[in-house]
Amino acid sequence: MTGLPRRRFLQLAAVAGAGLAVGVRLGGAGEALAAGGDLAPNAFVRVDTDGTVTVVVKHLEMGQGVDTGLPAIVAEELSVPWPAVRVVSAPADSGRYNNLLFGTAQGTGGSTSMANSWLQLRKAAAAVREMLCEAGARRLGVPRAQVDARQGRVADSASGKGFGYGALVDEAATLPVPQDPPLKDSKDFTLIGKDGAVRRTDATGKTDGSAVYGADVILPDMVTAVVARPPTFGATLARFDDSKARAVPGVRDVVAIPSGVAVVADDTWSALKGREALRVEWRDGAGATLSTDAIRARYAALLEQPGLAARREGDADAALAASGRRLSAVYEVPYLAHAPMEPLSCAVRLGPGRCEIWAGCQSQTSDQAAAAKVLGLQPQQVAINTLFAGGSFGRRANPTSDYIVEAVEIAKRADGPVRLVWTREDDIQGGYYRAFFLHGLDGALDAAGNPVAWRHRLVGQSIAAGTAHAAAMIKDGIDRTSVEGASTLPYAIPNLSVELHSPALPVTVLWWRSVGSSHNGFVTESFLDEMAHAAGRDPLEFRRALLGDAHPRHRAVLDLAAEKAGWGSPLPAGRGRGIAVHESFRSFVAQVAEVSVDGKGGFTVDRVVCAVDCGIAVTPDVVRAQMEGGIAFGLSAALYSAVTLRDGRVGQSNFHDYPVLRMSEMPAVEVHIVPSAEPPTGVGEPGVPPIAPAVANALFAATGRRIRTLPFGGRIREG
Amino acid sequence: MISVVVNGEVHKVDADPDTPLLWVLRDHLGLTGAKYGCGAGLCGACTVMMDGQPVRSCRTAVGDIEGRRIVTIEGMRGRVIDALRAAWIALDVPQCGYCQSGQLISAAALLAANPRPSDADIDRAMDGNLCRCGTYRRIRAGIHRAAATLAGAAP
Ligand code: FES
Ligand code: FES
Repeated sequence: MTGLPRRRFLQLAAVAGAGLAVGVRLGGAGEALAAGGDLAPNAFVRVDTDGTVTVVVKHLEMGQGVDTGLPAIVAEELSVPWPAVRVVSAPADSGRYNNLLFGTAQGTGGSTSMANSWLQLRKAAAAVREMLCEAGARRLGVPRAQVDARQGRVADSASGKGFGYGALVDEAATLPVPQDPPLKDSKDFTLIGKDGAVRRTDATGKTDGSAVYGADVILPDMVTAVVARPPTFGATLARFDDSKARAVPGVRDVVAIPSGVAVVADDTWSALKGREALRVEWRDGAGATLSTDAIRARYAALLEQPGLAARREGDADAALAASGRRLSAVYEVPYLAHAPMEPLSCAVRLGPGRCEIWAGCQSQTSDQAAAAKVLGLQPQQVAINTLFAGGSFGRRANPTSDYIVEAVEIAKRADGPVRLVWTREDDIQGGYYRAFFLHGLDGALDAAGNPVAWRHRLVGQSIAAGTAHAAAMIKDGIDRTSVEGASTLPYAIPNLSVELHSPALPVTVLWWRSVGSSHNGFVTESFLDEMAHAAGRDPLEFRRALLGDAHPRHRAVLDLAAEKAGWGSPLPAGRGRGIAVHESFRSFVAQVAEVSVDGKGGFTVDRVVCAVDCGIAVTPDVVRAQMEGGIAFGLSAALYSAVTLRDGRVGQSNFHDYPVLRMSEMPAVEVHIVPSAEPPTGVGEPGVPPIAPAVANALFAATGRRIRTLPFGGRIREG
Repeated sequence: MISVVVNGEVHKVDADPDTPLLWVLRDHLGLTGAKYGCGAGLCGACTVMMDGQPVRSCRTAVGDIEGRRIVTIEGMRGRVIDALRAAWIALDVPQCGYCQSGQLISAAALLAANPRPSDADIDRAMDGNLCRCGTYRRIRAGIHRAAATLAGAAP
C-alpha cells in the first residue's frame, strides 16, 4: 500500500522543486526567496535571472482570488507582463507575513486581503522596480531619470536601448533597497482595474486535476485518520471498545485523543470502516438536551427584555410608546454549517523538535501556536504549508484550531506522517456554526410616513466570548461581530436603539461568510422594507431619503442597481422586484432581485442585479465572480440551509438534508462596479448580505407575504 | 488483488471489493483529481468517466468495475475536454476549484451526447454537480462556449 502513494509524493516533490509554476501552492516560499543569485530584497517579490517574477502570497487562496488579485498589484507596480508572474504561498511566519489588519497574526479573513496588501505590495514591488531601474541606468551610462521600466524591461527613454529585468538582477541585488519608492500614478495603470488584463493564476491547475488541496497531500508512509467525535455538545468519552475496529483490514491503530477516538489506517476507506466498527460510549455534557425549539423559546423570552446597548440615539422606547403607527416583527435565522466543498483535512509530519503541517490554513499564526502547544514546541518549530482550500467561508479560521490540533494529537501518537480526513457528516455535525439568532424589531412612523423610531433587539451567541479574540472583539459586553450591520444602520432615524443579548450555550459558533451581516443584513433590510410599505412609499425612494447625503456610497450602489434593474418599470403579473443595500467589510453592495411566483406557492429567483463599491476594483472579474458566488451562497442560506438540534443532536448530516443551491436554481446575475479612486476593500463576503432581503422583499412585492424566518424553502404561502 | 483500468493503464489494487473507486483512485493510485465532497452520490465532486459515461466514484465499488475503462480528470484527453478547459480558463470559471473536476467530466459527457445543449439541457445534466462557490452561470457559459468551439463557430 505504501509504494503507490510514494510515487504520488515524488510527483509532488518534482512540482515543488520546479517551485515556480503558476498557481502551485506547495509552500516553499522561504526557500524560493532564499535561492541565491536572484533579486529578492523583501518578503514578497523575487526576480529571477530569466525575468520570472515570483510573488509570495501570504493569504489563503480559498476561491476568493487572492492568488490573482495580489500578484496583479505586483505586476502593475513592477511593470511586468502577466505571464511572467508566478505565485507561491508564504510560509507561516508572523514576523514577515502578519495580516496588517490583524495586528501581529498571519491569517486570512474579514475580506481584508486586498485592503492589507494594496500599499504593502505596491511598495514592495516599487522598491524592486527602482533597483532594476538604477541598475539599468548604470549599465546604460545614463541618469536614472532617463530610464523607464515597462513590460519587464528597463530602457533608455531617449534611445530605446535597454535590458530585460533578468539581465539586471545581479547588479540590482547589490544596490541599497529604497525605503520609500515612488508609486505609479493610477492613470498609468495597465493591469489594475482593466478588464481581461489578468486571468486567474489558478485556473489551469483547477481544470486538469493538478491543483493540490489539503486533502490531496500524500507523504511517504503516511497513514489516514478519521475521528469519532461526541454526538452532542459538551459530551466526553466514557469508554470505547476497539476490538472490531482493529479487526478491519488496513486499520493500524485506534487511539483516544482529546476530541474523541481516532481510527488510524492505511487508507481512508479502511479508516472509515474501522470507525463504523468502533463502539464508543459518551458521557453526556451540558448540551445533551439542547433543542432548537427550547433555544427559540429561551431567546423569545429575552426579546421581551432590554439588552445591552450597542447603539442609542434619542429615545426609541418613548418614541415607540408615543406613536400611533407602530410596527413590530420577530425575525429568525438558524444555525448554519459552512459546508465548504472540501471538508476539513490536515496532514502532519513530526520530526525531532519539528512539526510540518499541510492544510488550507486560514489562521497560520494561531494554528502554529496551537500545534506547538500540543507538542511542547516553540511556534517557530512548526512549519505550515498553506495549500489551496476547497472553500472555507470562515470554517478554517477557528480560534481553537480544532482540526489542526486534532491532526497533531493523532500524529503525536503515530509512528509516521498522518493525514486527518473529515467526512461531510463530520463537517455538518461537527459544530462551529453561524449562530442561531432571534431579532425583535419595533418601528414607528410619523404622520407623514417618516420613521421616527427603530428598536432592534438581537439575541444570539457571541463568537468571540471565551476565545483569544474576546478582548479585541468584545467591548462593554458587546461582541461587535454580533451587531455588525445592525448597529451600523445607515438610515437617519431620530430615535434608534440597537440592543444585544448574548446567551451562553454549549453550541460552538463561528464566523460564517459575512459574519454578523449574514443575518443583520437580512433583518434590517427586510424590516426597513416593511416600514416603507407601511408608509405607502416606494422602497427605493424610502431608502434614498433616509440615507440622505450622509451615505453617498450606499446611495451610489443603490441608484446604480436600481437603474440597471429598471426599478419602477412595470412587471408582468406574477413577478416581483425587491431591493436591499448593505455595507460590510467597508464595501457597499446593493442588489435588486426579480422573482416569479406561480400562484400556487412555487417561485423562482430569475435575476439579480448587483452594484458594488469596493474602492478600486483591482481585478474586476474577480470582483464580479465574488458577487456571483456571494449571491449563490446567500441564496442557499435564504432558501434551504439550516442546522437544527433535537435531544442535543444535529438533525442534518449531508447535502440531502443540508441542501445548497443547484445550477438550475441559480439566477442570472449582473454585476456593476462603481468606479472609485478609494483604496480597495474586500469582496469575498459583502456580496452575501443583501441577497436574502432582496429576494424576500421581491416575494413580498409579488405576493404580499412577508418572510421573517430563514430558510424559507422553495415554496411560500401566497395571499 | 483487483485489476482496474485507469487512464489507459492497468493497475492491480489490493483493496476490499466494496472499496469505493474514489478511495482507490485517491489513496491507492495517487490520482487526487477526483474529489471527495459527500461520499453519498449527492455532490458530484468525485465524478469520473466509466466507459464514456459519468459516474460517481464514491458510489462505485471497485469490485464491480473489473474490466471497465475509468478515466479521471488527469487522464481526460481529446477535443471535447480541450474545448471545455479552454472555455473554463477564458471565462475564469473556477473559484476554489474543488468541484471543477467533477463539473468538467459531467460537462464532457453532456457535450459528447448532445453537442449543442440548451440551458435546460445543461441544467438537467449538471444539476447533480454542486458548486458551493456558485460558479454555475460561468459553468453554463463555459459549456456553451466549448460547444460553439467544437462546432467550429466563433465562441
Ligand atoms: S463525493 Fe461522490 S457524489 Fe459527492
Ligand atoms: S469552485 Fe468552489 S465548489 Fe465549485
